[in-house]
Amino acid sequence: MAKTLFDKIWDAHAVNVIEGGPTQLYIDRHYCHEVTSPQAFQGLRNRGLKVFRPERTFCSPDHNIPTLNQDKPISDPVSRNQVDTLTRNAKEFGVTLYGLGNERNGIIHVIGPENGLTLPGYTIVCGDSHTSTHGAFGAVAFGIGTSEVEMVLASQCILQPKPKTMRINVEGKLRPGVTAKDIALYIIAKMTTGGATGYFVEYAGEAIRSLSMEERMTVCNLSIEMGARGGMIAPDEVTFAYCKGRDFAPQGEEWDKAVEKWKELYSDEDAKFDAEITFDAADIEPRITFGTNPGMGIGITEAVPEPDADDEAGRISFLKSLEYMGWKPGQKLEGTPVDYVFLGSCTNGRIEDFRAFANVVKGKKKADNITAWLVPGSWKVDKQIREEGIDKILEEAGFQLRQPGCSACLAMNEDKVPAGKLAVSTSNRNFEGRQGPGSRTILAGPLVAAATAITGVLTDPRKL
Amino acid sequence: MKQKFDTIISTCVPLPMENVDTDQIIPARFLKATSREGFGENLFRDWRYDKQGQPIATFPLNDPRYKDAKILVAGKNFGSGSSREHAAWAIADYGFRVVVSSFFADIHKNNELNNFVLPVVVSDDFLAEIFATIEADPKAELKVDLPAQTITNLTTGRSEQFDINPYKKHCLINGLDDIDYLLTKQADIESYEASR
Repeated sequence: MAKTLFDKIWDAHAVNVIEGGPTQLYIDRHYCHEVTSPQAFQGLRNRGLKVFRPERTFCSPDHNIPTLNQDKPISDPVSRNQVDTLTRNAKEFGVTLYGLGNERNGIIHVIGPENGLTLPGYTIVCGDSHTSTHGAFGAVAFGIGTSEVEMVLASQCILQPKPKTMRINVEGKLRPGVTAKDIALYIIAKMTTGGATGYFVEYAGEAIRSLSMEERMTVCNLSIEMGARGGMIAPDEVTFAYCKGRDFAPQGEEWDKAVEKWKELYSDEDAKFDAEITFDAADIEPRITFGTNPGMGIGITEAVPEPDADDEAGRISFLKSLEYMGWKPGQKLEGTPVDYVFLGSCTNGRIEDFRAFANVVKGKKKADNITAWLVPGSWKVDKQIREEGIDKILEEAGFQLRQPGCSACLAMNEDKVPAGKLAVSTSNRNFEGRQGPGSRTILAGPLVAAATAITGVLTDPRKL
Repeated sequence: MKQKFDTIISTCVPLPMENVDTDQIIPARFLKATSREGFGENLFRDWRYDKQGQPIATFPLNDPRYKDAKILVAGKNFGSGSSREHAAWAIADYGFRVVVSSFFADIHKNNELNNFVLPVVVSDDFLAEIFATIEADPKAELKVDLPAQTITNLTTGRSEQFDINPYKKHCLINGLDDIDYLLTKQADIESYEASR
């Protein structure tokens, strides 16, 4: 029977299917960070259990950590305790930790791929909704809660209802100045914030195939923002070239065997999806969000839309969102003064994002009204930035690099946007208070962020 | 945490907002604890308290008429965004046993079930009726019968069936969790590993 890519991987990992209930799914890779794991390790202790397959779990503190002076003890004692707890748990239970100061430390969704821990055909989970990032490799990767983290630690399995499948095709060629982030924000706006709930999405089509591995990660990363359980892209030569030679990727003969297997990871021609939608890449321009969920997005040249007159309940939420942001229906946002620019996160914190940002700001100067936080996704990204001389370009333009971590994406550390201030952010969520209590967020790609950092107002990078 | 679930009759707290994300249910700055307890204090923190920490009178959780309600009724797409289970812990710790909406985000729905909070999906139309009933009478009660899989508006008598997979229903009624189940499957897991 013809199968989708998702079905091939899911079915190959099904240990049992409970009658009328969830699948018992075997997990190849389990990633952990400090915020969603302490209660799971404590749960094991309470039950007197060990980690069942410790070699399959990899930990990195990322959410809570400061982006300055990481060599010194974390000043917030509560954050410090959470990071120290991860260190103690990793040691006690014998799982791998890339702690602060380790060359492999960084945002968990950045370091998994760059170290070759994320590979095609894998099942991958983490107590973090942006685990969908790893689907870019043709893996079934999804975020889980802490009770589920405990399940995986205890049994290397998770009980999970099998989601429906959806294919989203983006056909044709992208226009200049349009990034992977813009593709994702476009799709999410079309689908709405809950429009893919219950589905696992496969992205396909010419515009998707043309993306680099890092761009594919950006697209898959944002799948959860339309409610999807995960997003994935069939592996191809781009995928294999990226994985080859990475620390944990198979080597030599094992590599050849692995690639042969990975080449079978695609949706069969007559495979049936529960839903299928096609978009035209030519319709996509640089995107921004105007509201307080990632589905509330527009092209940068467009105006804030009117609420849907036929949907009373939706109208109230829509207007509350605009009130929070301080916009009115019909208003154009291009040219709006901005206070903060954030480049980073598991969405846009990789080397290509820093190259793109640097290309825009090269030879120019940061606007005085902008506070810019440039936060590499990992220490390996940081190293590459320096090796390529990108740090010098940024410095000459008036920007400083900070140290890796999740940073202002969710503002668990000191990198908080103050109440009322407006940020243009390359991260993944514009929820109320996401970047600090009372903060206001416009999500955008690295080119819009860079252009805005130069002019001090929300700027279309094609016009700079 | 493992509270056996049967039938609940209770008043409700209405939250007629759509797309309530888990950052609103529990903001990130309250996720630094290493235990599961105490999150109820900060449930809906930034909608519930002002910058000085004073309760905002218009927010339903601060309305004395809804005190002691065990059912939260929310607009569609409840629990979107972050996978943080702290959101489910906060809801449970506050004292809610049931959340009613016309649509839930997947991860949050699983998190509620794993904490013995029952997410009940009703039709948009019934949800609108429930909100209207509570607005007319803040002491109006809903009856949620898990064995029968029905939810009833005791004021109007209207009732709907709701879905739950039989495995999770069994777990909730018997106070069992997924780890209890998985631990009985170790031989299957080992033979799966050997077969790869």
